[in-house]
Amino acid sequence: MDLSWMAWTMPTAAFFVFIGLSLLVMSIWAIKAPQAPRIGVLKIETTPGDRLFISLLGSAFICLAWLGMFGSPVYGALIVCCIYALAVFRWV
Amino acid sequence: MNKTVNQKAWFLVLPVLVLVAFSAVIPLMTVVNYSVQDTFGNNIFYWVGLEWFEEILNSERIHNALGRQIIFTSIIMLIEIPLGIFIALQMPKKNGLWSSLCLVLIALPLLIPWNVVGTIWQIFGRIDIGLLGYSLNALGIDYNYVQNPLHAWITIIVMDVWHWTSLVVLLCYAGLQSIPDAYYQAAKIDQASRINIFRYIELPKMAGVLLIASLLRFMDSFMIYTEPFVLTGGGPGNVTTFLSIDLVKMAIGQFDLGPAAAFSLMYFLVILLISWVFFTVMTNLDKKEGV
Repeated sequence: MDLSWMAWTMPTAAFFVFIGLSLLVMSIWAIKAPQAPRIGVLKIETTPGDRLFISLLGSAFICLAWLGMFGSPVYGALIVCCIYALAVFRWV
Repeated sequence: MNKTVNQKAWFLVLPVLVLVAFSAVIPLMTVVNYSVQDTFGNNIFYWVGLEWFEEILNSERIHNALGRQIIFTSIIMLIEIPLGIFIALQMPKKNGLWSSLCLVLIALPLLIPWNVVGTIWQIFGRIDIGLLGYSLNALGIDYNYVQNPLHAWITIIVMDVWHWTSLVVLLCYAGLQSIPDAYYQAAKIDQASRINIFRYIELPKMAGVLLIASLLRFMDSFMIYTEPFVLTGGGPGNVTTFLSIDLVKMAIGQFDLGPAAAFSLMYFLVILLISWVFFTVMTNLDKKEGV
């Protein structure tokens, strides 16, 4: 199967593998240790899956804001994203 | 009683998964791949990293298109939502021939394909053969949507209101129909004024459908392409070039696949964020109401 039209690169492949693995790990976690939805600082009911979504979406905007303000590379933004994701999983 | 555990039903979801993969996931992955590369055709790509994202984030052209898009979406929502509520309130509450006729007439614009709507208004507004353009000029109003930016904007907004207010009306009407008569009877006993009935009975009962209407109108208007493209082609100049028109110009007109891919990803993220906010508010509202 020729996939050259999709123009794959190692970094983008790694990015999608990371997303896929996150979903897989979260699914296994949900099966092994089911968690009830909880209400956090946003005053909305969230499941771990919701928190992953909020983390990923927020991280995308953090990286874009970093790019807009400081330009590339975005290593600093990735650190901020990790802290943000931890905060989301802890308090949201 | 012991329940039989059978997970085979999951296989029924498989066709949907395959369909979504081919129609959404694979194209999205390709766009992500394009956004970090440059190409001159023939499937030959060069890695450029996040350069296109930086370029788009600092592009005045995109900032202007975004500004126009926000103004357009705000204006049409400010007109369509109140107008939709107003029309729904005027429609007959009891089911009968008159209400059916109203519903059919109201729903008619929704049945017309988008490019046809654009063509209808393009001809309607023409000053030589169009009923609207010719009549306005005959009345002494120097109307010309092809050359005058303000006229182009007014025509696009009126066209969108004509096309999409019906959706808000239908949703609000459905919301109003679901209010039991007992509420109105109680209001009558309390001698509530018409405004109070609207404020304390009809509006809260319509809140759910109004949120759905707002979400749908926001998403559609934020992604609008066909109607303004057919009507004005983004002109005169660039005054009606909205985000999606600019995106298509960039991707297909200029064949700048990299910048267009970066642009469309950011566009997608904004839509995703706002849709998620609307969805969360809606589901929380439903939970509060115990629906």
